[in-house]
Amino acid sequence: MAIGKPWLCLAAAGLLFSVPLIVTNTYILGILIVVGLYAIISEGLGLLMGFAGQVSFGQAAFYGLGAYTAAVLATRYHCPPFLCVLMAPLLPTLVAVVIGRPILRLREHYLALATLGFGILTFSLFNELTGYTGGPSGLTGIPYLGIGPLVADNDREYYYIVWCVLALTLTATANLTRSPTGRAFRAIHASEQAAEAIGINTALLKLQAFGMSAFLAGLAGGLYSFWVTFVSPAPFGFTASMEFALMAVLGGLGTIWGPVLGAAIIVGLTEFLRFAVPLILPAAGGEFEIVFFGVIFVLIMLLRPQGILLPRMGRAENFRASKPQRGAKCSL
Amino acid sequence: MGVDGQFIQYLFSGLTVGSIYALIALALVVTFNITGIFNLAIGEFVTIGVLTAVSLREAGCPDIMAYALAVIIAGVIGAAMERSTVHRARNASVLTLIIITIGVAIALRGAALLIWGTHPYTLHPFIKAAPISVGGATIVPQSLLVLCLAMVAVGILFAFFDLTYAGKAVRAAMVNPTAARLVGINPERLSLLAFSFSGVIAALAGIFIAPITTATYDMGFMLGLKGFVAAILGGVTNVNGAIVGGLLLGIIEAFAAGTLSSGLKDAVAMAVMILVLLTRPTGILGSTRNGG
Repeated sequence: MAIGKPWLCLAAAGLLFSVPLIVTNTYILGILIVVGLYAIISEGLGLLMGFAGQVSFGQAAFYGLGAYTAAVLATRYHCPPFLCVLMAPLLPTLVAVVIGRPILRLREHYLALATLGFGILTFSLFNELTGYTGGPSGLTGIPYLGIGPLVADNDREYYYIVWCVLALTLTATANLTRSPTGRAFRAIHASEQAAEAIGINTALLKLQAFGMSAFLAGLAGGLYSFWVTFVSPAPFGFTASMEFALMAVLGGLGTIWGPVLGAAIIVGLTEFLRFAVPLILPAAGGEFEIVFFGVIFVLIMLLRPQGILLPRMGRAENFRASKPQRGAKCSL
Repeated sequence: MGVDGQFIQYLFSGLTVGSIYALIALALVVTFNITGIFNLAIGEFVTIGVLTAVSLREAGCPDIMAYALAVIIAGVIGAAMERSTVHRARNASVLTLIIITIGVAIALRGAALLIWGTHPYTLHPFIKAAPISVGGATIVPQSLLVLCLAMVAVGILFAFFDLTYAGKAVRAAMVNPTAARLVGINPERLSLLAFSFSGVIAALAGIFIAPITTATYDMGFMLGLKGFVAAILGGVTNVNGAIVGGLLLGIIEAFAAGTLSSGLKDAVAMAVMILVLLTRPTGILGSTRNGG
């Protein structure tokens, strides 16, 4: 086990298990479910950004593809819900592998813009392919998740499902990052040329990291569909992509618990602002909290670009190593 | 309206929107070449420019003064953005810088939402005249004006780059920042200049286009992104390319919206960008990089 100290993990598991036994408030349980779902996505993004050193600003597209895959399979083809959740990551992963090969050849700004463009492209398609997605009004009539007579039709049961999937995700990620593959990811992050020179197939490994991040986002999408039982394009836009990136960066890139912490902070903050802002500014609209997001984004990047969990100039140092050396070519 | 008329109509609306994209792309290319940063917040300066102009007009400012003030305000906010964020993080990684400009974009959009709400605003057309009919297509005079003003703006910029000392300094820094520093050009001051310049150009573009479309707090994001597509289409180090890229993107979009579906035009623009990035990263015009 590589997630952390065993007793700490046991304590965390115990705490998380007992939460729904104490908390009966569906609002709080709902928030915890969202935290779990987002943590799964940002864990995948953390793998891509923090370990393999590649960026994706279109992660919400994979989340949406997973959600729609599950929703379409369940409503149109009456596929059993648990099977739908298992199949939800397939399409996003396939798409990631197909587009990843050419896209991951790009670097820095270009990779950022290409993934951002992919996210917006996919978002437009969710709105436009009305035959499958129901367009802007979305798909309704998605059943609850369950196997046979066991149906998770309340938030407490769903909390357990989501957090169990998250626990599995964390274990898998932790093990992966300690495996040769994980070390190869870090090598690519540190220097792609050096990694190539010692015989690492960087193209393949970047593709694997991209695929895994899409898999996890798709899985979370599938789980999301069966929780809200309604899917529309709204949650899969550009803002969501940015939030996922922020979650991955906020906690600390290159750590296992960072994305979980990031997801918890962002979701918690969103809910807090939703509650607090109308008290301070009664005239403010519902989308008001985005100002704060922007500011937090900038502050984190200015003050702690390495995230909260890592010490200053810690392991994230090589994240800073790729500063553009304008004119460097000329001085050689 | 015959097939020819429709063709002209698409072409013309494409050129109109395209000249706006070209202006935004121009600002992006200049900033990128001087600072090495893509200013992802550029779209928000479009919004700020338009909505400030609307507010100033409503407050009783004469049209021209309202527009000029709005443009200046956007320029000042651009400069403030550079000093408060980009300048401080100039040694950070590219990813950090990208996230910073996105963060600024989100904050500015939020601020616009706070100040102006979700209500759509319009600016009056600059000239009052009846729509013109050309070969079966109808053209709004404002569109012609947008085209002309965009050309004039581009002309002024070229004159600035070619004729003035400051313009030549900017070009020198675009070609080789290290050498420019050696001959005494201050790159930090140029970076500040570049960001305020982005603000000014974006605000201008917004004010030009506002009489044709409506202005809302979230209009800038897509416009800014289209500016990027245009810049990439033309090759990000190429000032001429930005203009060609902008016009071309406008035309592609107009035809896509006309023949496929208007909802798909953003998707088509993104697909074009990804295709160009993958096949010709230097843009359709650029065969060699002239930057650092």
